[in-house]
Formats: sequence, structure tokens, C-alpha cells
Amino acid sequence: MSPSTTDHHQTITEQLILRLRIPTKIRNLEAALIVFAMLINAAAIALVDLGATGSLDISILGFIGGLGAIVMTMHIAQRFVARDADPLILPIVTLLNGLGIAMIHRLDIAQGLTGWQANASRQMVWTAIAMVIALVVIVVVRNHRSLQRYRYVWMLVGVVLLIMPLIPGIGVTISGARLWVDLGFVSFQPGEIAKIALALFFAGYLVTARDSLSAVGTTFLGVRWPRGRDLGPIIIVWLVAMLVLIFQHDLGTSLLYFGLFLVLMYVSTGRAIWFVVGGSLFGAGAFIASFWLDYVKGRFDGWLDSFNPVIYDALGGSYQLVQGLFGMASGGVIGAGLGAGRPYIVPLAESDYIMASIGEELGLVGVFAILCLYLLFVSRGLRIGFNGSDDFGRLLAVGLTFVIALQVFVVVGGVTRVIPVTGLTTPFLAAGGSSLVANWIIVALLLRLSDTVRHQNQAGDLQ
Amino acid sequence: MNRELRRVSWGIFALFLSLFVSSTVIQVFQVDNLRVDERNSRTLLDSYSTERGAIVASNTIIAESIPVDDQFRYQRTYYDGPMYSAVTGYFTISQGISGIESAMNDELSGQSNQQFFDQVLALVSGRDPRGATVQLTLDPEIQKAAWNALGDNAGSVVALDPTTGRILAMVSKPAYDPNELAAHDTETVIGRYQQLLVDESAPLVNRAISGGLYHPGSVFKLIVTAAALDSGLIRDTTTVPNPASLKLPGSTSVIKNSGGGRCGSGDTVTLETALRLSCNIPFAEIGTRIGSTVINSYAEEFGFGASLEIPMAVTPSTYPANMDAAQIMLSSFGQYDVRVSPLQMAMVSAAIANGGVLMAPTVVDSVLAPDLSILKSFQAQEYSQPISKQTASLMTTMMIGNVSNGVASNARISGVKVAGKTGTAENGEGEPYTLWFTGFAPADNPRVAVAVVIENGGGFGQSANGNRVAAPIARTVIEAVLAQ
Repeated sequence: MSPSTTDHHQTITEQLILRLRIPTKIRNLEAALIVFAMLINAAAIALVDLGATGSLDISILGFIGGLGAIVMTMHIAQRFVARDADPLILPIVTLLNGLGIAMIHRLDIAQGLTGWQANASRQMVWTAIAMVIALVVIVVVRNHRSLQRYRYVWMLVGVVLLIMPLIPGIGVTISGARLWVDLGFVSFQPGEIAKIALALFFAGYLVTARDSLSAVGTTFLGVRWPRGRDLGPIIIVWLVAMLVLIFQHDLGTSLLYFGLFLVLMYVSTGRAIWFVVGGSLFGAGAFIASFWLDYVKGRFDGWLDSFNPVIYDALGGSYQLVQGLFGMASGGVIGAGLGAGRPYIVPLAESDYIMASIGEELGLVGVFAILCLYLLFVSRGLRIGFNGSDDFGRLLAVGLTFVIALQVFVVVGGVTRVIPVTGLTTPFLAAGGSSLVANWIIVALLLRLSDTVRHQNQAGDLQ
Repeated sequence: MNRELRRVSWGIFALFLSLFVSSTVIQVFQVDNLRVDERNSRTLLDSYSTERGAIVASNTIIAESIPVDDQFRYQRTYYDGPMYSAVTGYFTISQGISGIESAMNDELSGQSNQQFFDQVLALVSGRDPRGATVQLTLDPEIQKAAWNALGDNAGSVVALDPTTGRILAMVSKPAYDPNELAAHDTETVIGRYQQLLVDESAPLVNRAISGGLYHPGSVFKLIVTAAALDSGLIRDTTTVPNPASLKLPGSTSVIKNSGGGRCGSGDTVTLETALRLSCNIPFAEIGTRIGSTVINSYAEEFGFGASLEIPMAVTPSTYPANMDAAQIMLSSFGQYDVRVSPLQMAMVSAAIANGGVLMAPTVVDSVLAPDLSILKSFQAQEYSQPISKQTASLMTTMMIGNVSNGVASNARISGVKVAGKTGTAENGEGEPYTLWFTGFAPADNPRVAVAVVIENGGGFGQSANGNRVAAPIARTVIEAVLAQ
């Protein structure tokens, strides 16, 4: 081997080593951040116990350690199957999930719930299940493009899941909304999983249909309007959203599906007219529904005139909302401290109103921290959308990220009176198994997408 | 696609921004509004789980919080509860708070601005925040004397230091035991509270400063006299006609003096004699001469119609407006729609005693931090100067005459000059009288001004008068002050 060839080889080798080190570096960063997140979670649980009971509950810390082990397994799996995956997503979600468990545990203590009665126990089991499913997803789905092929399967799956709660015998109505399915051995909210199926379908469908959706149309009043037959899909999705609103009594989920579709429609076609058309359709639908459906009207009244004694005392009135506001106000800027407030006064403090509980015990500082974590998560997801090389992957990343962002806005906005209260769950924080499983699957998909993005870019750099 | 993505990103950012703003509005800017909403049970629960400050009267603890092993952590406990209930008020979990417990709640619960650093310290150190101690101006000896002297009567006694406005005793009967309302068993408390609430004798009302107030009857003549003399419209020696009865203008009703005959002998009578013998007809004439506008302006100078906090809110006493000639006559001897609180009448006596200067009354002496440093301390404040020193001195002489040589004879104390005025107010056909005494002593160097009111004619219907029932109670209270 001539000296020059050796030099050349060395450079390439060095480059390769350099390139291979970067994934190792980001994986190490991820490992360090996960450990950091787990330490915060353990500290939060310990503070809850000390603050509320004055003694430590070792068993809970043990469970938390177990969950940490699953996260680390996921991390190790990524070292093999998704070496370039985003290093921040997993630690952020670990932290949110853990803080949620700490707050749920705190509310269990207040309500005297222990063992399997405790919401925190179930939340931890569900977290474990959700993490294992996410692990399976990231190991099995090696190439996200294969998901595009089954877009109509996803549509079918999504629609079936949506309709399931309406099937007599297995559908269950809880606090006015028909969102649950009880199969005897397990009950869950199929709508949570449906949002992933629909994101997959929308992304897959729009990648193929966007040319006809964006290019053709008649110009009227200076705006190029879509063709009548191109309105088909948006009308169908609108109808589905309205059906959810009318038959399942769930304004939030309805808004989530429709918002997701509009955003993906806009991003894929680049035409803001879809927002106008879709927004007016949904607005009109919800407005008309508010006259027909008492629960929608009740939500609006409770939002606009929360402190009116009549609305406050009404069944399904603003009592919960106002009590949540009292809780957040009592927390002030720095909060009462974990275990030292009274978040349990608010009904459903561990699920729908967990942000009010956090506002009370961790204060405005805690609320900001949680919102920043979500914002960071969302920005990592959008980053995949910006950097991706294939449009399906980009649309899917944006869609999944938007699902999380919109859920946070709808729930926290409801609790803080930006918008009327609706029935969505705070991702990763709130008590609820279906939501955890769905959101962890989203995490797995985003990790997979982010790995592909970096992987492709590096391959490009090397060439 | 990136352009659209950027816009969607900005959209999401805007959504989050609205959440940052909304949570800041709730947790920073609306905190005070939300905290005081009566539907916010946290505020009360917070005030329970802090070690609430004690209420003290001259080194005697009359209310304190004792650690207990339940969710509220401290049990509010009152000593001599009924005797002090008019002042302390009650402190319940579910039925609200009243009296000093309410008026000084921020200090007692450690939430006042002066206690801010203590709150921060408590937060950092992790110990429970502690409330401040409220030191009252009440004197336990005088309070006890007033409480005992009132006996089984329904009514009230107020004694204050005319030179400072410090309230030395404030008693209201029938009373209640605030311990019964401070219990942590909510159902029992609600039951007891409802019982007290519907009780016709109104034990929850602090008669000294609130409730429906009373007809003053003849004690109101002090205000008419003050107005007459101080305005210069009438002198103490000015005479008015002295008939045995007077027909009210525009009516067939006739007013009479309490004795039934003339006011002393003679065809005319002086203001001095009219006050000393407490005659109604001359006062009807004097009131008519000086007019309701003048009387009203003096009444207001004495505190009528004004909201006052001691720091409990005092129901303003009222002098009616837009009266016809007959009503002016009736109101001039404290009938018709004149309504006064016992504190208001004590303030009238106090102003006369203090050379015409009315000191703002208060029941709080100081607020002490848990380390006994003084957070707030009471400063004597002038409320108004309703009458001149000369008028005050003239009226003092007249009021001494009332006791030494007039109809307030039962307030006499040997060796002490007592100035006073009795009242026997009618409450309608067949209704028992309201009996009054107000005055001060020693007249040449006043240490205490008192007002005593007895409801239901002291159990004697329409056959007793202020001198028989109220004056001796006042005398006992004055003696308790002078004994110190």
C-alpha cells in the first residue's frame, strides 16, 4: 500500500470514526438526560411523600426505578436500531410521565387510595405497558415508508376505532361522553389510538393527493377556490368530526381530528384556503351544535361566565373550572410545594385538571416548566418536519407533533379559561392508560422518523 | 413546504404563548380576586392550618389556637367565650367568621403585608407560618364588671377612654359561646349555628355596634342640646313655653312630659332645666326652633351616618331626613326614626367629656409578631370636634346636674362627680321600653365614658325607666374603672 493511499484511507477512516462518534455522542447525551429526568422524578415522588405524609414510601420509588429500567432498555435498543434518533425526546417524555405519576400519587394520598385502588399504581403499570409497546414499535418499524403503503388500512382502523364506543354492549358513557370501550378484561378509549391511525392516513393520503388539491381550481374574488370534487375528503373528515361531536359528546376530540386534518392539508398543499373553508365549516358546525346540544352550550356558558353563581352551581356548570382557578391562584408564582397544597378539592384533579394541580403545588414556575417541556418536545418534532427528505415522513412528523401540541393547548387552555373546557387529556401527565399508550407510540414513531432524518443527512454528507 | 411548516410552527408557538399568558394572569394578576371569593374554601382552610395568632386583652389570653391531631391541625379555643364573644366574634370552618376574627383575619392568619417576610421565612424553613397576636384595648376587669352588671338583661354596655378612644369594655347579651362554633365537626357546628341564627334573641348580633340599633329616647337630647348651645341659637338660660301637653301639628296626637305634668314650675322653662328633668315638650320646641338641618349636622359631627371601623364595622346611627313638623318634634327627644348604637352614644358622652374633641374609638391596641415584636401599634386619633370646649364644659355641668340633682340619680358615686343622661325610649303601643344611660366620670378629669342599653324594659315592660335599670349598671362599670 502506497503512502498516499494510506493517507487517503486514514482520512476516510477518521471521517468515518467522526461520523460514527456523533451518534454515540447523542446517545450518551440521551442516557445522561434520562438519568437526570429519573432523578427529578424520584425527587418529586420523595417530596410528595414527605410533604403529604411526612415519611417516605420506598415501594413507589422502587416502581419508579423499574420504569427507569424500561426507559434505559429503550435507550439501549436505540443504540442498535435507531442510533441517530433525537436525544431529547425520550428524556422529556420520561420527565413529563414521571412528574405526572408524582402528582397522581400525591392525589392518591389525599384520597386515601392505596394498592390497586390507587391511580398512581395503575398509571405506573400503564406507563410500563406503553413503554414496552413503544419499544416494540421502534424495533419492528425500521422503515417508516412502509407505513405509507397501508394508508387505507389506517383509515379503516381509524374509523373502526372511532365507531367502537358507539357499538351497543361494549360502548360505555363516562361523565357524559361516549368515548370508552369495555371489553370485560380491559377498558380503553379507542379514540386515543385512532388519532395515530388518522395521522398516518392523512399523511399517506395527502402525499399522493396534494397535487390535485393544490393545482386545480377556479379563481373567484381573487382567491383560487378548490374544485368541488376535491372538497370530498374535507367534507368526509368534517362529517366524521361532527359525528364525534354529536354522538360521542366530545368537542375536544372532534376539534383534534379536524385540526390535524386541516394542518396537514395546509402543509401539503400550501393553500391557506383550506383553513378558511375548514375553519368556517367547523365553526359553523360547533355553533349550530351549541344550540342543539346542551353540553356544548353548557361548556360555552361555563367558559364565558364562569363566576356566575347560577352557572357555577348548575349540573355540568363551571364549579370544577372555578375550583381549578382557585387552586392555581393559591399556588401563586412559586406554589404551595409538592404535597403541601389542596389540589384534591378540584374534581378529577388527577386527570383533566392535573395542570391545575401542578399550578397549585409547583406554582407558575412549575406550569411554565411543564409548558416549556412540551414546547421543546414540539420543536423537536417540527424539526423532523423541516429536515426530513421524504414528504410522507415530514407530514407524519408534523401531524404527530401537532396532535400533542393541540392536546396541550386544548386541555391547558380549557383549565386556564383561554377556550371552553373540553375532554382531552394532558399528554403524558394525566392519569389514563389509553392516552399513555397512544402518546408513547407517537414518541416511538417520532424517534424512528428523527433517526431516518439524521441517518439520511449523514449519508448525504459522506457522499 | 417549509414556508407552510414555518407558519404552522408560529401558530403552535402562538397557542403556547396564550397558555403562558393565561396562567400568568391567573397565578399572578388575579390571585387577590380569586383568594377572596367566598366559594374559595382554600382561603379558610389555609387560615385554619396556620397557627392562628392569639387574641389578648391586657395579658389575659381570650382566644388562641391549640395544636390538635386532625386535618385542621389547630383548635381555636376561647376563654370566657360568651363574655368576650361580642368582640372576638366566631371562627367557623364552614359558616364564616366574624368580629375581631374577621376584621383582623389577615394579621391573625399571618397574611398581612407586615408579615410578608415571616411568610417567606416560613416557606424557606418549611415550618408552619404563624399568625400575629392581636392585643385588644379591653380591660378584663372592666369587661367582667360590665358583663356581670348586665345580669340576665338583653342589652349592651360600652365603656371607652374619652381621651384616647380606647374601648375598655364591650358587652352584648344574650351572647353565645364561640367555642361551640369553632369545633371541627362541621355538622355539629352547622346545627348550632343555625340554632343561634334563628334564635329570636339574636345572640350572634353584637348589639354594641350592629343589629337593628335602638331608639335613643332621651339620651338623644344630648345631641339636640349640643346643637342648640354650640350653634348659638339657644343658650342654657333661654326659656321656652312650658305647657303640660302639646298637640303635634297636623295630627290629633298629643305629646307629654314623662312625669305627665309641666317641666318644673313656671310658665316657661330653661334648656338647663329641661335637660336635667328630661322633659319632652321643651325639647320638641327647641328642636323645632333650631331645625333638623342643624341637628343633623351636629349628629353627623358626632358620627351619625358615617361608616366606622373599630376595626369591626359599626352600623351607622341614623337621624331621619325630610321630616315634617311633627316628626321633627318627636325626633328631638329621640323618638320617630332616630336609631343609635350604644357605641355611638358612648362616643357622644366621650366627646363632651374630652372638651368637645371626639377620639376615634378602637378595640385593637397592637399587633404583635410571633417573636413579640410590634407590627402595628395603636395611635390615638382625633375623629372630629363636634362642639367647642365651652359648649362641652357647659354640657358637663348640666350632665353633672342630671346625676346629682336630676333624673339620673342612680348613677351617683360618693366622692366622684358623675356626668350622665338617662333615656327611656318608647318602641310603640304596648311594647316594653328601651332603657338607657350614658355619661362619664370623673366629670372634672374623665377616665371613662359609658353607654348602657337595656332591652325589653329590663323585664319591667313600660313601668321602669333608664334611671332605675341602666344607671346602676353604668355606675358599676364606672366604679370598676375608678377602682384601678
